[in-house]
Amino acid sequence: MLINAPAIKALSIQSSAIKTMLIKPFLVALLLVLPLSAQATLVIQHWQTPQGARVFFVESHELPMLDVAVDFAAGSARDPAGKAGLAQLTHGLLDQGAGGLSDTAIAHRLADVGAVLSGRFDRDRAGVTLRTLSSASEKDKALELLARVLQRPDFPQAVVKREKQRLISSIREAEADPGTVASKAFYRALYGTHPYAHDTAGEPAALERLTRGDLQAFYRTHYSVPNVVISLMGDITRAEAEAIAVRLTAGLSQAPALPALLQPAPAAVSDTRIAHPSTQSHVRVGALGMARNAPDFFPLFVGNYVLGGGGFDSRLMREIRDKRGYAYSVYSYFQPMSEAGPFQLGLQTKLEQTDDALKVVQETLRQFIADGPSEAELTQAKSNLTGGFPLRIDSNRKILDYLSLIGFYNLPLDYLDTWVEQVDAVDVAAVKQAFARRIDPDQLVTVVVGTGDAR
Amino acid sequence: MQTGFFIFNGIRRNTHTRLQFPGTLELMQSKVNFMRSLWAIGLVLLLGSAQAAVTDVTLDNGMRVIVHEDRRAPVMVSQVWYRAGSMDEFNGTTGVAHVLEHMMFKGTKNVPPGEFSKRIAAAGGRENAFTSRDYTAYFQQMQKDRLALSMELEADRMANLVVSDELFAKEIQVVMEERRLRTDDQPQSVLYERLMATALQAHPYRRPIIGWMDDLQNMTAQDARDWYARWYAPNNAVLVVAGDVRADEVIALAKQHFGALPARALPERKPQTEPAQIGVKRIVVKAPAQLPYLLMAWHAPTLKDWEQDTAPYALQILAGVLSGNDSARLQSSLVKTQQIAVNASAGYDAIARGPGMFMIDATPAKGKSVTALEKAIRKELERVQREGISEAELARVKAQVIAADVYQRDSLFYQAMQLGDYVTAGLPPAALAGRVGKLRAVTAAEVQVAARQWLQDDWLSVAELDPQPLDAQPARASVPGVRHAH
Repeated sequence: MLINAPAIKALSIQSSAIKTMLIKPFLVALLLVLPLSAQATLVIQHWQTPQGARVFFVESHELPMLDVAVDFAAGSARDPAGKAGLAQLTHGLLDQGAGGLSDTAIAHRLADVGAVLSGRFDRDRAGVTLRTLSSASEKDKALELLARVLQRPDFPQAVVKREKQRLISSIREAEADPGTVASKAFYRALYGTHPYAHDTAGEPAALERLTRGDLQAFYRTHYSVPNVVISLMGDITRAEAEAIAVRLTAGLSQAPALPALLQPAPAAVSDTRIAHPSTQSHVRVGALGMARNAPDFFPLFVGNYVLGGGGFDSRLMREIRDKRGYAYSVYSYFQPMSEAGPFQLGLQTKLEQTDDALKVVQETLRQFIADGPSEAELTQAKSNLTGGFPLRIDSNRKILDYLSLIGFYNLPLDYLDTWVEQVDAVDVAAVKQAFARRIDPDQLVTVVVGTGDAR
Repeated sequence: MQTGFFIFNGIRRNTHTRLQFPGTLELMQSKVNFMRSLWAIGLVLLLGSAQAAVTDVTLDNGMRVIVHEDRRAPVMVSQVWYRAGSMDEFNGTTGVAHVLEHMMFKGTKNVPPGEFSKRIAAAGGRENAFTSRDYTAYFQQMQKDRLALSMELEADRMANLVVSDELFAKEIQVVMEERRLRTDDQPQSVLYERLMATALQAHPYRRPIIGWMDDLQNMTAQDARDWYARWYAPNNAVLVVAGDVRADEVIALAKQHFGALPARALPERKPQTEPAQIGVKRIVVKAPAQLPYLLMAWHAPTLKDWEQDTAPYALQILAGVLSGNDSARLQSSLVKTQQIAVNASAGYDAIARGPGMFMIDATPAKGKSVTALEKAIRKELERVQREGISEAELARVKAQVIAADVYQRDSLFYQAMQLGDYVTAGLPPAALAGRVGKLRAVTAAEVQVAARQWLQDDWLSVAELDPQPLDAQPARASVPGVRHAH
């Protein structure tokens, strides 16, 4: 089911964005050598269906399978006021009864042909992915089910009630996890009244009040042709891809494209301490970062490798873990979203050394913003990122994710083709300028979960 | 780093039930890739790659080299597997296999601390390592022409590691933080850890991979050096390379880099067979949490003779029937119809050096008790034992097995991982290739027989999470390490 594990999903949203950041983009010079071997280059085909749905397609016949992603601008940032959780619940209910088929019938029919239907959900996007064998009979049945859950969700009353309770339970269960508590608090502090502030899963009290009518209304206005992006990757022809795109969007409404979200205002400096009965404190420090289409994406992305995105190459890892043994995991990342996503640094450490670790993080960041990376550090970062480019597109799954990303965020079609060039073009001055422009080390949002002295 | 391998983790949210990783990227990714269903364990392992060209040779010094050619992308993954995991440890130094794994990144006679990772990164590589109950493995993913670099560095640290007191003192702190993060502050992980220590009394699988906190606090650099001296030898290692490579070239490179390392006598491995359980065992774990949680484990076989054994295949199908899709039996009955649980899943891992467990975990719905939930689960199992499974259910699981066998070919890393997992468990690559065929041959009657034979009360251990208020101050002296931390 799409809402299979809401609590885990809530966690994974944030992380998938991290992955997006760490693993993101790619390049071009290598294209001659790298993509799937059957093709000289990774050719992304793009068109609109007669109805107006945008489609992105890579044809590849090496494996007898097809991956499909259908994404809508229907993430949690679209929750109406007072209805936090409506977007997530609507998304999760899609495959829990559709076109007269019960949740059980849908699950069984999918499994009968070995197809895997999954959901993904974050603040911007509500997506459904399908992986199926490309043999005619299996593929046709799987696509029929995908079209059905996208176009004719029934939102049965009893199922709505059941799934509300499951979602609430998953929110409660996640409250035991200090990392989840910290992430939620960080977004609240960073975004204030902006729709990115609340957690993707919503709020239990608001969820309790939601009705079937709320879900139907949300579905009609958000799951429409102008709001959809379809991505296809695998063992089908162009003609077939066109037909599939038409089939998947045939029954969708024409509700107008949603307006852009408001731009978030920079957050005031804050320091939130939340008591939690854990052995470690979870620290989050950050500020507003960048939107997905930011012109300084590459300087920030490459620069962050040096600061805290490059694993054992990064300064945070060296200072916090290697030199001091303070934490197992320490990192920084930008999470680009439709509007400015967060820039975040994080670690977990035993309670009594929290303040020391926090000081090291602050100092490392301050110094990085003041001085930028060294030439040697930047060379190492670029060397890893460009040299590792082929690993970013070495599977159908990864390519599908890029198609979705390019489509949903309106990135240029040659995004992957120019990725290596763009990384290579970054220099120390550009990194320094971009960080100085974006991040003020005196205006940070800080959250610490796990201390006894809640503020 | 690589998507997917956390699937091996087993119980949901216990991201280390089978593996420990030293890095941080994986930690984040573990959430991405987290599979809630225990069934996932089975699914992953069943993915034999029938059409794969697998070459399997042994060098003169006893090191095994396995090559899987796959030319879809100009990349490769290289993994060195040591047949030494937490099951080879002794009381008092639990966790040392994983600690040594961390120290393997801390320098050799020839390569200064930090240099290994730096050189791999400069070459565009991704690298990491993982420790399980059965093995410790190290890997690099890179463009295909950079295999020599990975072999050069791996061969060097197979023979020339330096464990300094100073770096050990820092790294053991990191490992303790890792334990706090993954286990001590995760109530369901604590439950899993305590359940394993209860279900098994003699076999070393009873000990957590990451080690008991008290053992970590008392561990010395010499413990790590001893472990390295005992197990890190070419004749205890398997090199698995998958990707756009040629087997003959890989073997030539392996001879060049690893061939000169001498074989060494390995310590005798005692079987430590678990005595038969003779009655149900129950534990309660109290930890700060909002919801209760139930975990049930039955002793089960693992695959030893892949051609003759039948129960391990039947139990994999059974796990699929119980929770292989969103409306499989546990989900359909407990979550959707009775609404006594908000989640329920079954899992079974047939591939291991040691004994197996068939497990079910579930979270009760609001207002439902763990006792009632356990009763409902037992009823479902009794139904299988009494009435068997339908042909439709059997066909459904098999369709998923067949499809998954195609899907897994999308991940080079998985394919290499499966080979290493099988081979370190003592199974030949042929067992992986033959796996789908064996699963397709399972009958409904065999599933019923396996359910009757193995899911017996006398072989069952049950653990219940008894949630304690989150707003209370740390009153968790029962969790090792907390006391020490204050």
